[in-house]
Amino acid sequence: MNNIGIEQILFISTALFFIGVYGLFTRRNMITMLMAVELILNSVNINFVSFNKYLYPERLDGVFFTIFIIAIAAAEAAVAIAIIINIYRNHQSIDVEDSEEMKY
Amino acid sequence: MLSVNAYSIIFYLLAAFIIGNGVLAMTTRKIFRAAIFLLFSLIGVAGLYFWMHVEFVAAVQVIVYVGGIVVLIIFSIFLTQQTGKDMPRPTNTRMIFSALAAILGAALTYSLIRQYGFIGGSGDQFNVSPQRIGDQMLDYQDTGYALPFEVISILLLAAMIGCIVIALKSKPQES
Repeated sequence: MNNIGIEQILFISTALFFIGVYGLFTRRNMITMLMAVELILNSVNINFVSFNKYLYPERLDGVFFTIFIIAIAAAEAAVAIAIIINIYRNHQSIDVEDSEEMKY
Repeated sequence: MLSVNAYSIIFYLLAAFIIGNGVLAMTTRKIFRAAIFLLFSLIGVAGLYFWMHVEFVAAVQVIVYVGGIVVLIIFSIFLTQQTGKDMPRPTNTRMIFSALAAILGAALTYSLIRQYGFIGGSGDQFNVSPQRIGDQMLDYQDTGYALPFEVISILLLAAMIGCIVIALKSKPQES
């Protein structure tokens, strides 16, 4: 049908994953680190859907994993942002270097 | 039906859109712009799902990521940040070594992908109608996903209650 197969799609997801890893290493702000984690989760989702479509087209398990990962990512983002807001209230900063103590 | 060429061109445009916006989201120094670039990158991923004819997942991606998570991130930026200010630059050594780690990791992964030689599927039609997804999601036979579905719903409830408890403003102690 077309000459674009699984390898090209895996190349996109690899690039997206390592962009997220680069962001996670360089950023020191908690919200931008959370964005990097979202990019990494998205690359995993692309992998699941493309493996499902190109290698096992008669089954649907990859699609289910993608849907469950999206649900868990939503829960994770909500909890992370609640924690970030609480840290901001206690430290007046959301830089990871400034929040070394987890006393409160 | 689109021709083969148009399929490839759309694919490469989507790839450039996703990766370009992803790079900008991770390197820009204004946090609000980073959130907007992330939004466009996620929309590009939804477009890639449409390109793969997985319409249900694409719709879920738009609703949950673009409509939910990015809006949540933007609200938390407004709550915690002075949006006009630039973020501090990362130190040069950290930038160089993270870029090196990312590029080497990507090269290793991509060379593995290239030489693996994926064997194509059985040639069946890939049918992801929402009806089929729903049937299998609520099926409690061996191939069904009823138990994970219930577990996820409990997890979401626990996460929502946890968010409320964590973000609750503690009252000043009365002595």
